Amino acid sequence: MGTSSVSRARTPCLLLLPLLLLCCSGGKCELQGSKPLAPDNAPSTAKPFINQINEPQAFPEEERVNLPVFTMDYPRIQVPFEFTLWVLLASFAKIGFHIYHKITIWIPESCLLIVIGLVVGGIMHSVKEEPPAVLDSNVFFLYMLPPIVLDSGYFMPTRPFFENIGTVLWYAVVGTLWNSIGIGLSLFAICQFEVFGVQDINLQENLLFASIISAVDPVAALNVFEDIGINEQIYIVIFGEGLFNDAVTVVLYSMFAFLADLPIVESSDVFLGVARFFVVGVGGVLFGLLFGFVAAFTTRFTHNVRQIEPLFVFMYSYLAYLVAELFAISSVLAIITCAITMKYYVEENVSQRSCTTIRHVVKMLATISETLIFFFLGVVTITTDHEWNWAYILFTLLFAFIWRGLGILVLSQIINPFRTIQFTFKDQFGLAYGGLRGAICFALVFTLPDNVNRRNLFVTASIAIIIFTVVIQGISIRPIVEYLNIRRTNKNLNTINVEIHTRVMEHVVCGVEDLCGQWSHYYWKDKFKKFNDRFLRRILLRDNRAESSIVSLYKKLELQNAIDFLDTPVGDLSAAPSIISLHDEMMEASRPKKKFLAGDVRKMHDILSRNMYKIRQKTMGYTNKYNLPDDSPTREILIRRHASIRRSLRAESFREMPGRNIPKSQRYYSLQPGGDLESAFALRRRSHGGGEVDRLSARLQPSGASARSSSRSLVAMRMLNTIKEARSAGEQPAASARARTPSPGGSASDERGPGGSSFRAPVPAPRRRSSGRAEGHEDPEHPGGGGGVEPVRPPQLPPPVGWVRENQDPGDIGAGDPLLRHSSQGPGGAGRS
Amino acid sequence: MGALQSLHGRPEYLDLAEKTGFSFEQIRVLHERFKQLSHNEETLRRSHFNEIPDLACNPIRAQIIEAFFDRRNYHQNGEGTVEEIGFEEFLVVMSHFRPPSLHMTEEQRENVRREKLRFVFNMHDTDNDGTITLEEYRHVVEELLSRSGALEKETAKSIADAAMLEVASISMGHMEPDEFYEGITFEHFLKLLDGFEIESRMNIRFLNMDTSTLCK
Repeated sequence: MGTSSVSRARTPCLLLLPLLLLCCSGGKCELQGSKPLAPDNAPSTAKPFINQINEPQAFPEEERVNLPVFTMDYPRIQVPFEFTLWVLLASFAKIGFHIYHKITIWIPESCLLIVIGLVVGGIMHSVKEEPPAVLDSNVFFLYMLPPIVLDSGYFMPTRPFFENIGTVLWYAVVGTLWNSIGIGLSLFAICQFEVFGVQDINLQENLLFASIISAVDPVAALNVFEDIGINEQIYIVIFGEGLFNDAVTVVLYSMFAFLADLPIVESSDVFLGVARFFVVGVGGVLFGLLFGFVAAFTTRFTHNVRQIEPLFVFMYSYLAYLVAELFAISSVLAIITCAITMKYYVEENVSQRSCTTIRHVVKMLATISETLIFFFLGVVTITTDHEWNWAYILFTLLFAFIWRGLGILVLSQIINPFRTIQFTFKDQFGLAYGGLRGAICFALVFTLPDNVNRRNLFVTASIAIIIFTVVIQGISIRPIVEYLNIRRTNKNLNTINVEIHTRVMEHVVCGVEDLCGQWSHYYWKDKFKKFNDRFLRRILLRDNRAESSIVSLYKKLELQNAIDFLDTPVGDLSAAPSIISLHDEMMEASRPKKKFLAGDVRKMHDILSRNMYKIRQKTMGYTNKYNLPDDSPTREILIRRHASIRRSLRAESFREMPGRNIPKSQRYYSLQPGGDLESAFALRRRSHGGGEVDRLSARLQPSGASARSSSRSLVAMRMLNTIKEARSAGEQPAASARARTPSPGGSASDERGPGGSSFRAPVPAPRRRSSGRAEGHEDPEHPGGGGGVEPVRPPQLPPPVGWVRENQDPGDIGAGDPLLRHSSQGPGGAGRS
Repeated sequence: MGALQSLHGRPEYLDLAEKTGFSFEQIRVLHERFKQLSHNEETLRRSHFNEIPDLACNPIRAQIIEAFFDRRNYHQNGEGTVEEIGFEEFLVVMSHFRPPSLHMTEEQRENVRREKLRFVFNMHDTDNDGTITLEEYRHVVEELLSRSGALEKETAKSIADAAMLEVASISMGHMEPDEFYEGITFEHFLKLLDGFEIESRMNIRFLNMDTSTLCK
């Protein structure tokens, strides 16, 4: 993004913010005004209505009240209206942060949100407005928490997670217990001193409070860690710890809350508590698995109702959450397990578009929830009643910090001998310092029952610790991590070679482990993979052929490439059939709509060649809390790759070529960046015995004027032309008819008029030789289109030759977009085998 | 303590421990395993490896086994392959999989990395000529994908092609149209897997516990 555009866009948005604030607080004021009015106002406006409807002539004297021309019934819409305003306000705040990017580099977003919340809270306080309804713990646990957890579970980097699962669970379970008990006991010790004036807090209440504040919320830390590319181990440990200690904390909380009510705690209660702990944890996981598999199984049958596919993901995971809540077992664990379980299968079952939708919606909901939570945290800080006790709050802060540090130190020493990659002291410091408190803590403290004495003190202390950790640690964590120079890693290089070697490594390590008679998670991974291939995939997937992660990455790259081709700036893409998928549209909209001069083939070639030979080493973040994983891969490789497929497809003539010219190894040709594509292409083609490019360019020059819009796609098609197109519903009759006719499709397409179809003529020749089956489907549904109809058919871009077979499943034909279905394997999925 | 005891029992381990960096306990465990594999003979042959049932379903079994018989992996600048290996060779090859120690300087880390990558490189470079040619690379990919039955050879081939093109673009930058890429040299291989943290992936936690009774 250019800096100029930043500054330009900033001003209106900065203007918008106060405007919205005003609008929002204005709305509040109105509400404030209308609330007292409501009792007498609403009936007086409503009465005439009712009377007119029910008994129009019974009381004629009341007809003096005329039909109101303008009425306002604010209470009716109040809740959704205010909710919408809150969401909008929060979203505008987010827009604001991201327009000026430097802010979020140095100050974490959660921090900024709290600050804005404080401001809004201040405004609300000054107009005596009540805090928003979200503080109801039910609202939080039933509506705000599930999206956040679903997001974490759904975008969990699976491979590193399962590689480190032992450590993650160790820190999450034992670490949280350690923190809760440690902080609780130390605070209880503090309470014994008379000087601090908190003697009335008993042990149970201290433990209860400690269990609330020991939940670590890694959002801010993760953003920083991801930004600076910290090593995978630390990242995943923080990530997983944040996920699972939610579960632990909720269990602990309910346990201590129960104990806090009891006058005397017996030892049997403790054992029951431990038993309950396991029931809650294991139960949550089981429910998650159950609903995950059911969801996966359901999506097996949704290929005729693509529109509602995404719904199943949300409904089932929410169902898992609610059912777990029903039985008071860990709903967080349930939804996480459900998401992890279903993701892999669902993404293979649903169409590409549904997959995109699912991801976007998951991200969107989670972002909104999280934004609102931090925002409300700020608001509530101002608007609730506080009880400030210096000693208690300062000691809480101190103990939270100390016990976290000690916990990590001790637990790391214990877990280190069991880890292949051990945590150094620097790593441990990063882990300890990344332990910020957040949303869960905030929500839990408001669920404290009223009969807890000093409830307000607990609320104040919790808010204090959240704000302290988020602000102080959140801001300082980046400089400290950078200063300490904690081991970093290159983010996942999403290249085929790295993928191949990841797999090679797994197999080698697994093999050598077998050799020396030892095993680790690779052993279990192997076992699971076998089980998965043999049973799970058969049951849950419609198209259950096992797929290597290399192949899926490869497909993804291919697909991306195909989409990119169609998205390169050109005006008339929008005129293409309406099947352009949602995100294609989005990508397109972000580009300037440049009108090409008709027949400006040269320029187009320039653009293409630039696109082709720029090496992009895109990295894929793990799971940014706020961004979707970046799928864009290196394009260039694929383009070259298409060339190579085309060559290899050109049957035998090609295969002999390298043998003759190059004795030993395959030749690889390349271009200079921005080099002249046309000549290079000609060269390349000629060198492989095909003179078509000359024919092609010869055709192009004269027909250029009419080939206007398709001129770009011309090259795209040429690039991709080795790819076979799978059948899609609409074109089937025509296609099969044409396939039967002996006349070559080339001439058929020529007949379709000069409007750009002519470019196809040179292409099919080589293809025909190699792929008889697919050939018939190459010329889809515009037989009578003539010059008027654009021959650009982006969404039907066929999948590459490698997996065309898989489309033969007749059930797919109805799907409409065979291409898009196929690389539904996500970036996370690539990590799995 | 345990180390000392076994030192008394097996003085010849001292030499091996220095050479490979394994602890005595680990060497003892590995020796047990070695004897188990070789049916108490002095040397291991390929046929012994082929008998290991756990290894049977490993797609790149052949390469792994070959790596044990490759002189290049013995730290002796040798070349070519051998027919049978003794315990020392077995241990030396295993030592490529030792996890990096906790405290390493950047330089040491880089060395470990190079060494491990060299091992992988040698595994790919079957004909010993210092480059991984397309044929060799294709072979690797084919083997890798050989277990996921639904794939044709064609797919594996095109993936290898794509990977090779990627190598060419990464390592050569741009080339003249008439240049061609011979194969991956070790330098290119290093560059290629620059972001790939091999030092944290290619390692095995060698146990001090004897687990050989648990596996066949």
